[in-house]
Amino acid sequence: MAYETRLASLMNYQKGRVDVIDDDPKNYAFSNIFEVASLAKPFEQVAVAKNFEYVLEAVRAEGTSGWRAATHDQSALVLDGQVEFTFKTLADGHPLPDSGSGGVPEEAAGTLMGRVLARRGHLTLLPAGRAYRLASPAPAVVLIQTVAGPDTQFRWAEICQTA
Amino acid sequence: MTLTGATPHGEVHEPNEFGYKSFSLGEFHFSRDEYFAYVRWPTGHHVMSADAFLRALQRDVAWEFFYGIVNFDGVVGTVNHYGTVDLFAGRYNDAYRRAELDHVENIETPVIKATFAAILSDWTNEGFDPFASPEETGSAFGPKNGDNDAAITRHRVTAQRMVSLPGDEPLRNDDNGHPVNRMFADVDQDEPEVYAEPGFEAEVGSFNLFAYLSRSPVTWNPSVVSVCRESLYCPTTEEYILPIIHGNDRAEWFVQLSDEITWDVEDRDTGRKRAKVVMKAGDVAAMPSDIRHQGYSPKRSMLLVWENASLKIPQLISSGQFPTQPVDF
Ligand SMILES: [Fe+2]
Repeated sequence: MAYETRLASLMNYQKGRVDVIDDDPKNYAFSNIFEVASLAKPFEQVAVAKNFEYVLEAVRAEGTSGWRAATHDQSALVLDGQVEFTFKTLADGHPLPDSGSGGVPEEAAGTLMGRVLARRGHLTLLPAGRAYRLASPAPAVVLIQTVAGPDTQFRWAEICQTA
Repeated sequence: MTLTGATPHGEVHEPNEFGYKSFSLGEFHFSRDEYFAYVRWPTGHHVMSADAFLRALQRDVAWEFFYGIVNFDGVVGTVNHYGTVDLFAGRYNDAYRRAELDHVENIETPVIKATFAAILSDWTNEGFDPFASPEETGSAFGPKNGDNDAAITRHRVTAQRMVSLPGDEPLRNDDNGHPVNRMFADVDQDEPEVYAEPGFEAEVGSFNLFAYLSRSPVTWNPSVVSVCRESLYCPTTEEYILPIIHGNDRAEWFVQLSDEITWDVEDRDTGRKRAKVVMKAGDVAAMPSDIRHQGYSPKRSMLLVWENASLKIPQLISSGQFPTQPVDF
């Protein structure tokens, strides 16, 4: 028998839901990454999950992002489209937020370290202390594993099932 | 025979007429016959199907008792205290608690782990793989027939930084014994294009996570593929029913990557039903820290389990310093 693996995309996703028996659906903070990305501006970092200081950010990648960097490793999982990641060294002593990623001016991004061209299902390391940038000509969706930072957006009431 | 000198300690007893040894851990006693596993304690006794018992036992052993509570079913299970483990019967069951028939023993982790591993090894017959989906394994039943130690002692993937980086956990392929699963035959196997400048190969890295998961030979076995401080990506492939009911000691999050899972959610302490959570590709949901959950996956699916491995969390939550739900809005 031939099985069909159901993946989703910006153009084609279905949402499940919390069916409450004796509970409040808000306890589950239920959302859908593609729905969040479809409503987001390019490169907004919208938290879809949070566990103490850690977050997962849904990002709509469309066009070319600014340079960013973090003091800790992050990862980027492409869930729709194709994204080019470019990596550069970061100028010595460039200030970074204690946690999460921060913007980096063009002049602080130094030597080219490499590039990754990633499609749906591909997981890419965003290494600590290095500058990175995302680019995608068409709307793409990326999930970032990181720590909450100055640019993390929290919109639980807008993105989560509440009733 | 005494397995260790600690108290409570584990003991193993002579094989019965079906060829299976029985085991004691403190005042708990474990035995099996052709179809069933039996658990006895001073105030009660319990029976489970042997296949369900071994599937649950397999997870508990492989995961080092995991985070929080591993319920084998609504009666027996373990609580991880990260150094010691509670072995319990009826502790998280309202009826047993009210009747005061529940029983708990706190056991040093190496002691319970050694005894559980010995039970798993003795009771798993040749051809039965407790990690495999029911369609992909032979029978757990019948009199003792060999063993399957290679399957029950599989390497657990724990990436230090990210799978595929130099010196870290390797990719899966046909040549290292990881063919694409029958239910993931349509998953793209193309790897990302990685161009690293000389000297930066250790930091410029990417791999096809979906292809990696399509080649997982096991079900319901979260394993670490990427690390951000104490934040761990623990994706897993799911088919049929989660063989344990996981009781949380912290919030954990699910990101459904493919297909669909239905979660049955109950109150952690009493088993009272709270909700059904239906998750489709792209859905994200938290499991709060005061519930227990069991998943049902009709087709093999990819689930990203996201954990915060901080050792400080259970204390913060149980002392009331942090709410049971992970976000407040
Ligand atoms: Fe769980």
